[in-house]
Amino acid sequence: MSGRTGPGRRVLDALVRADSVVMTSLSLLCALAVGAVLIVLADQPTRTAMGYFLSSPGDTFTLGWHAVWSGYAALFEGAVFNPGNSGMAVFEPLSNTLLNATPLILGGLAVGTAFRAGLFNIGVQGQLIMGAICAGYVGFAFRLPPVVGLLAALLAGVAGGAVWGGIAGWLRARTGAHEVISTIMMNYLALYLLSYLLGVPGFQAPGSNQAISREVSDTARLPQILGPDLRLHAGLVIAILAAVACWWLLSRSTLGFSLRTIGANPSAARTAGMNVERGYVTVMLISGGLAGLVGCSQVLGTNHALTGDIDAGLGFQAITVALLGRASAGGAVLAGLLFGAFGAGDVVMVANTGVPADVVSVIEAVVVLFIAAPALIRSIFRLPESRGGAAGVGQFAKGWNG
Amino acid sequence: MTGHTVTDTPHDHPAAARGTAGVPASARRRVLSGVAVIVTGLVCALAWGLGAHAGDAVLRLSAVGDGSPILQIRVPGRQAGLVLGAVITLLGAWQLARGFSRRAMRAVSAVVVGCFVLAFLCWAGTGQPGTPVSVFGLLQQSIFAAIPLILGALAGILCERSGVINVAIEGQMLTGAFTAALAATMAQHAGAGIVLALLAGGLMGLLLAVFAIRYAVNQIVLGVVLNLFALGLTSFGFDLLMQRDPDAYNNPSVLAPLKIPLLGDIPLLGPLLFDANILVYITYVLIIGVQVSLFHTRWGLRTRAVGEHPKAADSVGVKVRATRYRNVILGGLVAGLGGAFLSIGAVGAFGAGMSNGKGFIALAAVIFGRWSPRGAVGAALLFGFADALQTLSSAITMPVTIPSAFLSMLPYLVTFLAVAGLVGHVRAPAAGGVPYMKG
Repeated sequence: MSGRTGPGRRVLDALVRADSVVMTSLSLLCALAVGAVLIVLADQPTRTAMGYFLSSPGDTFTLGWHAVWSGYAALFEGAVFNPGNSGMAVFEPLSNTLLNATPLILGGLAVGTAFRAGLFNIGVQGQLIMGAICAGYVGFAFRLPPVVGLLAALLAGVAGGAVWGGIAGWLRARTGAHEVISTIMMNYLALYLLSYLLGVPGFQAPGSNQAISREVSDTARLPQILGPDLRLHAGLVIAILAAVACWWLLSRSTLGFSLRTIGANPSAARTAGMNVERGYVTVMLISGGLAGLVGCSQVLGTNHALTGDIDAGLGFQAITVALLGRASAGGAVLAGLLFGAFGAGDVVMVANTGVPADVVSVIEAVVVLFIAAPALIRSIFRLPESRGGAAGVGQFAKGWNG
Repeated sequence: MTGHTVTDTPHDHPAAARGTAGVPASARRRVLSGVAVIVTGLVCALAWGLGAHAGDAVLRLSAVGDGSPILQIRVPGRQAGLVLGAVITLLGAWQLARGFSRRAMRAVSAVVVGCFVLAFLCWAGTGQPGTPVSVFGLLQQSIFAAIPLILGALAGILCERSGVINVAIEGQMLTGAFTAALAATMAQHAGAGIVLALLAGGLMGLLLAVFAIRYAVNQIVLGVVLNLFALGLTSFGFDLLMQRDPDAYNNPSVLAPLKIPLLGDIPLLGPLLFDANILVYITYVLIIGVQVSLFHTRWGLRTRAVGEHPKAADSVGVKVRATRYRNVILGGLVAGLGGAFLSIGAVGAFGAGMSNGKGFIALAAVIFGRWSPRGAVGAALLFGFADALQTLSSAITMPVTIPSAFLSMLPYLVTFLAVAGLVGHVRAPAAGGVPYMKG
């Protein structure tokens, strides 16, 4: 983009060249359309109307439109602004959106950073569980003064995630074990380790027969940043700082340069004198550490106690966030905010309209599917062929042969 | 240094592997593996030998209540553990001192694992004196647990041999499981469930094919996203239909076992292999079918050519993309069948996310089995055995109670160790993951 052109011209250019913003918006539009189909299918009145479609087709369309409209309106009310609220409650949807976005941003950074070095970390689930276990344990087992307690718990969480990720990186470097398989298996190992710990006296909440841990002490909690009524906590600040750090690491530092080179072409990186094996271990330590922060955000900020469901699907959502954000730090923040809004709106949509919660997870998967296939979006909207612009996420993860 | 370099062309690998097969492995490897085996032997002797209660363990080898004579062995648990541990330790010592050849090491590993598991069973048996530990049940359960893994692995092989990486096995199985339960309940007929599960899996395969072949999407990313898509879609359907009215949508009967007349009467093997449901028999046929056709038919040769060197295949007139489409869709069909086994073949109902990583374990079996059906079946049986061992262990009284969470880890741990320890030495189809662009 040259500096001389005005904003209008630039928008036009972007449309014609179909750059990443336009492609992302169009993908989102397509995914919302797929979601609309599911909402219509889930709507009882519309299904009844479909039964007599031939005698009165108008009913199906009216009711279907109504279902989609009320569904997406509820999504918006839950995520951004609800006209029915007053006072501080006006900010509640936004607070929920940011609360949901926090772990997604961190998780998206974790997956995205590994992507840049050519590794596909689908073990965020396990790493965040290990991070949450360590952070939670430090948080409730030791009585530390304020600030120190929080820092110690955060450090433990990062270390827990980093070790779990680092093992996968080390195996990839040493034995060639593909991280897609090893991290998936380590997810299950972490999951069962957690379910074991939740039954161990000293870890389990005293006097409880449920699978829930002791509560993190006050000194180790992430403080709420918008007052006591809104649940948003300082994890968001950590996420933003982490995003800036990742941006700096990947685009400004020597380490980031070598990681990106390894990701683009390991053989060339090796020829250039970079240590590919060490790069794999390093990036998985970083990625795992970021995933550990997801665990911290959940156990020190959002929930204050560990349950078997501490992951809540975040590990895999992180992958979609990273892909939607095209494995960049800024992209992860925006994608995290978007999916955070989906998550917050989803709760209200399910409560108000009775649409099953999984519509949103389908929408998220479909967005990424479209993002990954720019050619499909181009053919749907009859956009001209790209001239090497808008790189997909395709160049990152490699096949089994590395 | 095990990282791949540019010189790792597909052509020098098999030759290299053949050349080193009879030669002892390098000294460092030898020492490491020798020490690992010795440690295993000592653990075996200490934990399963000395840790056992005094008295005999009873191992039952025959099935219960089919009229065949009861076959039981009484083993003194403590001595068994010590002897088996000693055998393992000796093997390790030999490896450390002299070294087995690479081929012999494979057999040695099998013996070590076998001894270790046997010692474990004897140890476990001393916890419930008089009550037998059913080895037959363990084997039966292993096969049962391995069937979906085998089908998933065959699906993976069909795709990957033609050069398309299939990480979406999990999602294909999940879709198959959902459709099978839904269709079998609504049509009141198991056959409808099987057929529609096939179709659903095939559709997922088609989706994978279109995005991977036509739109050249990165195949590993695509697989993971399709898994999420399938998880979302089936959970949506589960919420919408099955949870609201289970009787009308999620109440298929479990497929009944069919005993094959003559084969089913063979002692031990008969009840083990030939008294199962129709999907198990289809699996047998598929294993042989894929193994034979992949290596002995024109279709197989073309598939492998397309997976190794699509340009060469194209230049002699093989339609690369068409071959890939066909294979990926075929793989989807087979994975859908594996899903049907999960719901209507085993449990008799669909549960949200019920594939629970089995698609990924199947994928590990593909890699561990070096992209051959025979190898993948072996790997799937190993992983199935780990699963069955976990089921058995939670059912019997052992001298020391092992927390159930650790037992549940077993199949994943075995898969993890298998892939972590051995995958570095295998080579995937050369064109795997690379979209073919003409010209």
